[in-house]
Order: sequence, then C-alpha cells, then structure tokens
Amino acid sequence: MSNPSASHVPLWRRPAFRALIIQALLLVGLVALITMMVNNALTNLDERGITTGFAFLSERAGFSIPQTLIDFPGNSTYGRTFIVGLLNTLLVSAMGIVAATIIGFAVGIARLSPNWLLARLAAAYVEIFRNIPLLVQILFWYFAVLQALPSPRQSLSLMEAVFLNVRGLVVPAPIPEAGFGLTLAALAVAVVASIAFALYARRLQERTGRALPVYWCGTAMIIGLPLLAFVISGAPLSWEIPELKGFNFRGGITVIPELMALWLALSIYTASFIAEIVRSGIQSVPSGQVEASRAIGLSPNITLRKVVIPQAMRVIVPQLTSQYLNLIKNSSLATAIGYPDLVAVFAGTSLNQTGQAIEIIAITMAVYLTISLVVSAFMNIYNARTLIKER
Amino acid sequence: MNDSTARDTLIAARPAPDIRHGLVGWLRSRLFNGPVNSIVSLLTLALLVWALTPMVQWALINADWLGDSREACSGEGACWVFISARFETIVYGFYPVAERYRVDITLALMAVTIAWLAIPRMPAKKWVVVFALVGFPIIAWLLLVGGVFDLPHVPTRRWGGLMLTLTVATVGIVGSLPLGVLLALGRRSQMPLVRSLCIVFIEFWRGVPLITVLFMASVMLPLFVPNEVEFNKLLRALIGIMFFWSAYMAEVVRGGLQAIPKGQEEAAKALGLSYWRRMGLIILPQALKLVIPGIVNTFIALFKDTSLVLIIGLFDLLAIIRAGLTDSDWLGFATEGYVFAALMFWVFCFSMSRYSQHMERRLHRGH
Repeated sequence: MSNPSASHVPLWRRPAFRALIIQALLLVGLVALITMMVNNALTNLDERGITTGFAFLSERAGFSIPQTLIDFPGNSTYGRTFIVGLLNTLLVSAMGIVAATIIGFAVGIARLSPNWLLARLAAAYVEIFRNIPLLVQILFWYFAVLQALPSPRQSLSLMEAVFLNVRGLVVPAPIPEAGFGLTLAALAVAVVASIAFALYARRLQERTGRALPVYWCGTAMIIGLPLLAFVISGAPLSWEIPELKGFNFRGGITVIPELMALWLALSIYTASFIAEIVRSGIQSVPSGQVEASRAIGLSPNITLRKVVIPQAMRVIVPQLTSQYLNLIKNSSLATAIGYPDLVAVFAGTSLNQTGQAIEIIAITMAVYLTISLVVSAFMNIYNARTLIKER
Repeated sequence: MNDSTARDTLIAARPAPDIRHGLVGWLRSRLFNGPVNSIVSLLTLALLVWALTPMVQWALINADWLGDSREACSGEGACWVFISARFETIVYGFYPVAERYRVDITLALMAVTIAWLAIPRMPAKKWVVVFALVGFPIIAWLLLVGGVFDLPHVPTRRWGGLMLTLTVATVGIVGSLPLGVLLALGRRSQMPLVRSLCIVFIEFWRGVPLITVLFMASVMLPLFVPNEVEFNKLLRALIGIMFFWSAYMAEVVRGGLQAIPKGQEEAAKALGLSYWRRMGLIILPQALKLVIPGIVNTFIALFKDTSLVLIIGLFDLLAIIRAGLTDSDWLGFATEGYVFAALMFWVFCFSMSRYSQHMERRLHRGH
C-alpha cells in the first residue's frame, strides 16, 4: 500500500505473489509425488506379501559373518548383523584414515622436495592412483595380489611369527597377564600429565616468553612412564604365536584378506588426494610469511611450526575432513569383495533374506548421513575458530 | 709500502667454476646438492629400479602378445592374449556383431563433439553445447536402441563393455550438469521453500555413498512406481547416478555463483532483466567459466564411479573384464585383466585431468 505504483502492476506480475504461487505449486506437486510413491509402495509390498515395519530387526538372521568384532552367535538377530556391519565399516575406515593420512602427508611433502627425482616420484604416485577407479584398485589388490599368495602350508613368514598366505595375515596376539593394568594406568597418567604440562607451558610462554620443550617432555613421558611401569611390574605380557595345525593356523590374530585388500586400496587411493591437499595447503602460505618470520630472527624450525603449519592447516583441514568422509563412504565398496561391512552384511545379505528393502536401505543411508552431518557440524565449528580474524 | 691499490702480479689460476649447465650441472643442482639430497636421490633411484624392473619385465619384455588361445601364453610374463582375444567384447559387450557399426558411428560422433568443445579455437561453441546436451543424446539413443528407420531393436541388456561405460558416463554428465545448475540456483533462491528443498536434496545425496544409491535404484525404485511401469535396470542406475552427481555439481556451480560480485546481479536488475535472463545472460556465463576445472573434476569422479554399476549387475568395462576372468578357459589372468582395466580408466581420467589443468591456466586471470 505504501508503494503507489504497486496498484498499477497486475497481481501476476508482482514478485512476491509469483513467489507464493510457485512455492504453493511446488508444495502441491511434492505432496502429490510423495503420496503417489507411498501408495505405490504399499500396493506393491502388499502384492509381494512383505510386511512393513522394523519388527524384522529382532528376528533370527541365521547366517554367519567371517569377521566380527563382537560376539556373533548362531541365533543372532538382524539387529545384531547391523551392529556387526557398522563396527566393521568403522574399523576399516579408522585404519584407512590413519594410513591414508600418513602416506598422504609423506607424498604431499615429497612433492615439494627440492630433490627432482623424489618430487617426480611423488607426482607420479598422485597421477597414477587418483586416476584409477577405487573399485578397480580394490579388485586388483584382492584378486590379483592377495589371491595369488601361497596356501597356508607354504606361507610367507617373518621370523616364524608373522605369516602371510591366501587366507590372510596371521600375527601374534598379545595376551595381558595380571598386573598389565598398571602399564595402561601409567599410559593414561602420562597422557593427562602431558596435556597439563602443555597447557602450563603455553601459559608460561604467554606470561614470560620463556618456552619449555613441550614436545620432547611429552614424548618422553608418554613413552617412558608406561615402559617403566611395564618393567617394574615384571613384563606381564605374553604373545600367542600362531601355529600351523592341519590346513590352517591356530592362535594369533588373523587379518582376513578382504580387510587387507580394502584397507590397502582405500589408503593408497585416498592418500593420492590427501597428498594434493597437503601440497596446495603448504603452497598457499605466501612466501612473504616465511621471509618475514626469518627476518625477525625465528629459526627455520619455529618458522615451520608457528608460521607455516598453522596457516597451511587452515586450508588443509576442511578438505582433509571431506576426504575422510569420502573414505568412509567409499568403504562401502567392500561389498564387491565380500568384506562384511554395513552395506555387504546389512544392505546385502540381510536385505536379500528379509526383502525389507525400504527399511534396510533407509537405515543404511541414515547411518552414512548421520556420520556426514556430524563431521560437517564439527567442521563448521573448526572453520569458525580458525577463521582469519578481520579487524 | 706501495699505496696503489692496483696489483702488479697475476693472481694464481683458480679451478674452473663448477658446471651449472648441461647434464652434469642439472644432476648436480637437482639431485646431488648436498649429502642428504644425494642419499635421498640414491635411495629413490634404488627403489625405482627395484620396483620397476620386475614390472617392465612382466608387462613388456617377457609378455606374450600374439595368438588367440591360451596356448599362446608362455607363463613367463603377462599374457596380453587374454585381452586381445576378447577385445571386441570388452568394447561392445554383447551388442550384436552385425549392428556394431552403430556403436562406432555414435562413438565417432561423440569424439568429434568433445573435440570441438575442448579445442578453444573452434567456432560456434554455443550451438555445439546445445547439440551435445540435446541433439547428441537423442541421436545416440535412436542409433543404439534402434527400432526406428529399419534399425533392428537392441535391448539395453545386451549393451556392455566400454560402450556401456561411456553411455553411463555421458548420460551422467549430460544429465547432472543442467540439474546441478538448477539446484545451485535453487539453493540461492529467495523463496524459502525452494531453497530448503534444494539444500535437503543436495545434502542428502552428498551424505550417502553411491553404492547405497545404486542399491536404492535397483531394489527400492521399482516399489515406488506403479506395477505396470517397467523400468529397465540400466535406466534405474542412470537415474540414481544422475541425481547423485547433480548434487556434487550443484556445489561446484554454487562456488562459481558466490564468486560473482553482487553488483553484477544488481546492475542486471536495474536494466530490467527478468530472473532467467539475469541468470542466463549475466551470472551463469561468468560463474560457469570460473568453475570449469571443478566441473571437469566432477566429470572425472563420475567417470571413475561408473565402474560401480557392476555391483548391481550391469556389464560395464570392468564387469566384462571380470566376467572374462571366470571363463574356465582363461583362469588365472586376474592381474592382466585388472591392469588392463586400470589402464583404460586411467587414460580417460588422466586426459580429462590434464585438460582441466590446461583450462585452469588458460582461464587464470589473476583475480
């Protein structure tokens, strides 16, 4: 009403009115689509004789899983297959994230090396592995490398304790004896003490400018204290050495080849992306920063630690997180080689047995979605904290 | 004491300066400047020799290249006869032999279109883009499926190999780019309902793995449509792939949209242009140009992920090779098979990534 010209404009040409109409149409269309889909789904499910709902989760699953982190007895439910699958997904993701980060940082830094050969080798690594589909790499490691290993009787062995064969990698299992808790307690104390020391050192430096050797003291404490406790309590840890009995190994921990293939492929593939992120992160720090820091007399070591890395991390960490998320999502390719992850066990076997497609796919997607959203939320907090403070 | 600063005797001859040019100088400055660097160089060299020698011996020197059956394989190195014996299947899948010229025509047309778009000098880019997004898919569909103009009908379940991989990749790219642009515009819309729907759509697809999307397309999608409607497996996978990648494309395009100064849109508004003209004539041409490298990177990721269709039982390049490995006449050639598959995918992805880097340098205007 305040705008006199508005009354001359026909109703359908006013932006606000149009926006309302468009959105109303969209809403009607959306509701119609969803209603249609739900109706179709109900009819189709009815015809196929599938009951909807989540009751199947407490039914007996009746199949076995080659690798379980928790007990999985024969009368377990479908709900438990979900937990087992989820834990296996998390296991391979965690292993992959650690390995990919180490390889990725090493390769990324090597790409910036003044040594021509090393830099080229790192570049070749990146160009080769990021341009080959992950699925091809997983199949390659599994079928071409690990399936070509000898049988358990002809295992490759390292010092007669670690064995590698077509059934997997067998390593000695540590067996804690009475008194081992002391070592663990010492480790916990050392970690807490190191954090407290680091906080104190930072406050001291802010107040007086005096720097304490935080890294050295922390490392010494975290390694030394548990070691001391271990020796004092009389080394209460024994190893169970795997032994060849018949056609297979008894004892020790067996890493199944599916896990190894998936882990290798995920780490190598993701590392090639992390390497690029690390390189671009370090290169994004203007050279003037290094020159200025050297000019005010900081040592190269301090320059790296207090000037280059914090600024590079601001670029690296968000992209690194999205690579970690990709790795977690990519671990679902496990199903191609039969590693019992969430998708293979739950959205694969359980779905085929129960036919509860909608519920199972929805639960599986919800799990990945939750992980993504939680990590993104943490990422936003980190970004807000490390944002350049503009004055 | 002579107070002149000039000398009257010759300085003793110094050794010649170390060579900074030529091969020796290059080696010295890049590989052997200092003890640490020298050790690193030697270790790297040793690693290379140690790893590459057996590989080259296996793949090239001791390999068997000629023949048409398993007898041709000596077993000392790679047996590429495994690949050459089934090369036709790897390219065409189960497409009828008499009709394969149709695939050839389609591939040639695609190569010309891509080359036209990729070479900056070629004229009439706009029309070629329209052709690539509208004309080419229709022509390719008619040619490959047939059933018109006396071309016999070839059902999609007979498609396979490289041809299927390229089909999935092309449909994915052609479908996800426009959808992604629309989603990106929607995410920046003033209308709250449109904006929130786009955000939910984008974040949902970006949060789940492609495999679950393909599972969803193959087992859940048929439940949502009336029983009479028959979706074939390929079409279901294509829909899933298109939605999935359009979300990633939307985020790339959004990055470009955010980089365009607000004044551009305000100026266009002041000129009285409508929303679609503002976007189509002013904002999108600038935004899309900025994110060409990002778009190509998404294409590369999409191309690599086409291999996932093997999990829902389609016979793409990788699946055809994998199926060949279970052939009882050819057991035990997994390494050759997967190395060849890796090489094929690598050639496509590497050339795309090189092109993207080239465009990045070309488009770099320093802002």
